[in-house]
Amino acid sequence: MQELINRAKELLNDGTVVRVLGWKAGDMPYNPEPAFFNSPEALDEFVYNGFCGANLSKYMIEASTLEGKTLVFLKPCDTYSFNQLLYEHRVDRDKAYIIGVGCKGKLDIEMIKAQGIKGIRGVKGAELTDDCETLTIDTIYGEKTCSFSSAMLGRCHVCKGKEHKIYDEIIGESKDTQDQERFAGVEFIESMTPEEKFEFFQKELSKCIRCNACRNVCPACSCRKCVFDSNKFDSTQKANVDSFEEKMFHIIRAFHVAGRCTDCGECSRVCPQGIPLHLFNRKFIKDINEFYGDFTAGETADGDRPLTSFTFEDVEPSIVTERG
Amino acid sequence: MSINQNEEFTPKIVAFCCNWCSYAGADLAGSSRLAYPADVKIIRVPCSCRVNPMFILRAFEKGADGVILCGCHPGDCHYSTGNYYARRRMTLLFSMLDFIGVENGRTRVEWVSAAEGVKFSTTMNEFVEKIRSLGKNVRLGDLRCKN
Amino acid sequence: MQRIGVFVCHCGSNIAATVDVAKVVEMAKSEPGVVHAEDYQYMCSEVGQAKIVEAIETHNLTGIVVCSCSPRMHEATFRKCVEKAGLNPYMVEIANIREHCSWIHKDMEEATKKAVILMRAAVAKVNLNAPLKPGESRVTKRALVIGGGIAGIQTALDIADAGYEVDIVEKTPSIGGRMSQLDKTFPTLDCSACILTPKMVEASAHEKINIYTYSEVDKVTGFVGDFTVDIRKKARSVDIDKCTGCGACQEKCPSKKSPSEFNRGLNTRTAIYTPFAQAIPNVPVIDRDACIKFKTGKCGLCSTVCAAGAIDYEQKDEIVTQKYGAIVVATGFDMIKLDNYDEYAYSQSKDVITSLELERIMNAAGPTKGHLERLSDGKAPKNIVFVQCVGSRCSDNRGKSYCSKICCMYTAKHAMLIRDKYPDVNVTVFYIDVRTPGKNFDEFYRRAVEEYGVNYIKGQVGKVAPQPDGKLLVYGSDLIDNKQIQMEADMVVLAAAIEPDPSVRQIATMLTASIDTNNFLTEAHAKLRPVESPTAGVFLSGVCQGPKDIPETVAQAGAAAVKAIGLLAKDKLLTNPCTAKSDELLCNGCSQCANVCPYGAISYEDRELNDHGVRRTSRVAVVNNALCQGCGACTVTCPSGAMDLQGFSNRQILAEVDAICR
Repeated sequence: MQELINRAKELLNDGTVVRVLGWKAGDMPYNPEPAFFNSPEALDEFVYNGFCGANLSKYMIEASTLEGKTLVFLKPCDTYSFNQLLYEHRVDRDKAYIIGVGCKGKLDIEMIKAQGIKGIRGVKGAELTDDCETLTIDTIYGEKTCSFSSAMLGRCHVCKGKEHKIYDEIIGESKDTQDQERFAGVEFIESMTPEEKFEFFQKELSKCIRCNACRNVCPACSCRKCVFDSNKFDSTQKANVDSFEEKMFHIIRAFHVAGRCTDCGECSRVCPQGIPLHLFNRKFIKDINEFYGDFTAGETADGDRPLTSFTFEDVEPSIVTERG
Repeated sequence: MSINQNEEFTPKIVAFCCNWCSYAGADLAGSSRLAYPADVKIIRVPCSCRVNPMFILRAFEKGADGVILCGCHPGDCHYSTGNYYARRRMTLLFSMLDFIGVENGRTRVEWVSAAEGVKFSTTMNEFVEKIRSLGKNVRLGDLRCKN
Repeated sequence: MQRIGVFVCHCGSNIAATVDVAKVVEMAKSEPGVVHAEDYQYMCSEVGQAKIVEAIETHNLTGIVVCSCSPRMHEATFRKCVEKAGLNPYMVEIANIREHCSWIHKDMEEATKKAVILMRAAVAKVNLNAPLKPGESRVTKRALVIGGGIAGIQTALDIADAGYEVDIVEKTPSIGGRMSQLDKTFPTLDCSACILTPKMVEASAHEKINIYTYSEVDKVTGFVGDFTVDIRKKARSVDIDKCTGCGACQEKCPSKKSPSEFNRGLNTRTAIYTPFAQAIPNVPVIDRDACIKFKTGKCGLCSTVCAAGAIDYEQKDEIVTQKYGAIVVATGFDMIKLDNYDEYAYSQSKDVITSLELERIMNAAGPTKGHLERLSDGKAPKNIVFVQCVGSRCSDNRGKSYCSKICCMYTAKHAMLIRDKYPDVNVTVFYIDVRTPGKNFDEFYRRAVEEYGVNYIKGQVGKVAPQPDGKLLVYGSDLIDNKQIQMEADMVVLAAAIEPDPSVRQIATMLTASIDTNNFLTEAHAKLRPVESPTAGVFLSGVCQGPKDIPETVAQAGAAAVKAIGLLAKDKLLTNPCTAKSDELLCNGCSQCANVCPYGAISYEDRELNDHGVRRTSRVAVVNNALCQGCGACTVTCPSGAMDLQGFSNRQILAEVDAICR
């Protein structure tokens, strides 16, 4: 972490960048949050630890409109989002100085809590990005332990790889933490009967409180004004529980990011109701891969995207019925 | 559950037809007096690629029991490429609806040329038949249930 | 709030016999926005239209719904009608209660119910209609023809004869194209040069035609009526104004080893060359890759012998920028490469040749001075085998899926010419099908069989094996006798498939003209608009659109010219007002819409915006109304809903959906 701070100070001092986009400590030791730092002194608050799962790419949309260059720290998977935003002209490459920051998996406090560990005051082993097999959790009931991998974010179990897809320099080492089948969750639902599927999603979606956290965190969901907030589709009727948006919000949202979603999993991470929203996105990704060939949004900042390209031989929509 | 078993279910079906092929195909079905059930109501759009998934979901939300999209055959699009985009969009949308447990016969895409009055009529007859067998659409109107 | 009038047509009994028209009128009256409703026998008649005009005036109507036949029938009629009453023509919507209702339903109650719903949907839509006005754009009265073969020449001549300036851009040093390489033409066996050369001369002498040879299109911007094109005149190294075409330079040029493009590489040419004797312009170019002066700095012989002082080693590529109202693509074709067809031994034996190579061999100006001889040893062949459909009608990925169309006829021509001139030569043709539709075509083919004794065998050649003695062993099948055949040949001629000239891809991209999987340019409508590209102002001439022979090419060239003339004759263009429109405050500038636009109608600008009091500069999509054809692909791609389609807006369509599902 100190290496990152030192380098950031250097870049601020020599005028390469005028601000730094990173993470600072939150109110708890396990919830650092994205933050801009405008001076070398401000960087004293900078943190980078196992809980810095937040993807900073989206903040670069705002940073791209500001004067001067912004130093941004991107983990390998975050660079996919940055690339996709670059493809969509939402971020300005010339306004970004990208330090590819090492990542060996990021943690999800909910995963620790889910193991029955309560009253958490701190987590040892999460401070650094070095290899750490076991986390020691300081709780009001004493110290507990759990394995690092059991506390990882869902998306780290299906890690896209340790490679940064875009960067100016790299600091720290990364590790591919994939230990699960990426589409296992989607396949599990696909194997259900229609009734079971419906029951599953009805139950999940009924938890939604329309807090918009998923939308706000999503690097693909970055419209200046969301269609659900405009009158373009007569879809702004928040008060009405039976309204169009209440039912269709998540399907439409997933459709809008289809072919653009980098599967960063932030939507599920931030959902206060624990709805597995990434399943929608991942279903689209799985279908796109199957129907139109393997595609990973943000792997490059150019080339065709699946929903804005086609081939004459594309499958017909009836495939959905035919494959049973 | 409806107590009156005799009351026949009359489905609401929305058919989006592209102006150049399918709408003309529907016109030809009409001028050829090729009947299909009155449950089908056609909305004219310039091209199949004009149909936003929002329109389809909205139709279901407002009580449609089936939605069908008709456009020019691949390769024949008046705008040369519109139906290709429509095809990808609808494939993904239908797959998603299937994924969340909506009966997958409620949506359909069919390519109908201006010369295919017979195909238009046959397609609509088949589709209405399918929707009748599926019965009333409850799920898309009720994906999210409070309490 | 609109003030809507609903007019329900009986269409005699066509509608009224099945739909209770009075009921539709009654129901219409309670629809939101409707202030007037009436019915009439024939709404489209003079009297019916007068009723609409009168009602507009009496009731101050702002929107009109006509419940009648298909909008494809009378939408234009009613739009004109309301315009007479001072209403914007786009304030009309049609509820199709004939084709989509009365004609297909028998039960009156059911049909009436449906008619009411269709009326409601139309009313719901009109409530959201806004007046639309077609835009205007200017027309530059000059045409560009890309490609100087027979297609391009004919198109240029026809446009020029109508009085418009035309520029031809040809990438090779001379106009003439493939036709100039042909010896004779079917089905009349005219000498190709005899009928082509006068056209070439006419084009070059025409006061309205300007020819850029050895030039390529570099860049195209703009749109129908107003294209701006950069033409790259490649450095010829010869001053076209000074050169007298005496040919001394070519005689003296010591670099003689370059394969002659014109003779398909069957012989060589000098580094400074004109491709063929009748070239237009008759001005050579220096092939800088082959020229000793350019390679080593020493030589300069051509400059020494040039009395006119026309040689210019310093010449550079020059860019000419010109404006055009219409662009005709006539980029033509080439034969496919035969790399995938090793079984025919094309690369192994000099005596296995393509049909176009045979044309050069048969031609008096060709590598053998017109004598039919084997290229390997110069001997006269005794047995010649023609193989049809090499790479055409291919079901695998090796060749082309389509029929190249011209091969059956030119093979019959070749067979006939050979039998005519060398009666002792045996000619065998292996074919899958002989396809000879066309005026006097089948008669021509039958003459080859019946009068000239050409041996046609239905079947495919599986292999051509060069023998140590120089003969070629041809293994084939005879499908009619159902047997395998082996025969010895001295020469094998392959009717290789034709494919669009490779340059067309880049040109199509520049023009945003769509291209199919075989690289043929797509026509706006396969049947009804066969010489127009879907991109407005771009027309298609010749084989760039699909395989065709010379008569068809000339006919299409004329048709493309007429379409171009029709455009150039206009002073202003009215544009379709139902175009996409971007709400710049909502636009993300993400470019997804531009990626799906088939017309290149969307560009991006950095705009200074006032977003509810906040000033910001943002990249936003801008739709060019002259180019947009209103398909709506962009509207669905746009996640924020910034892009909408006028006349078929999101809210209008949703209103129809709601009305139908109500």
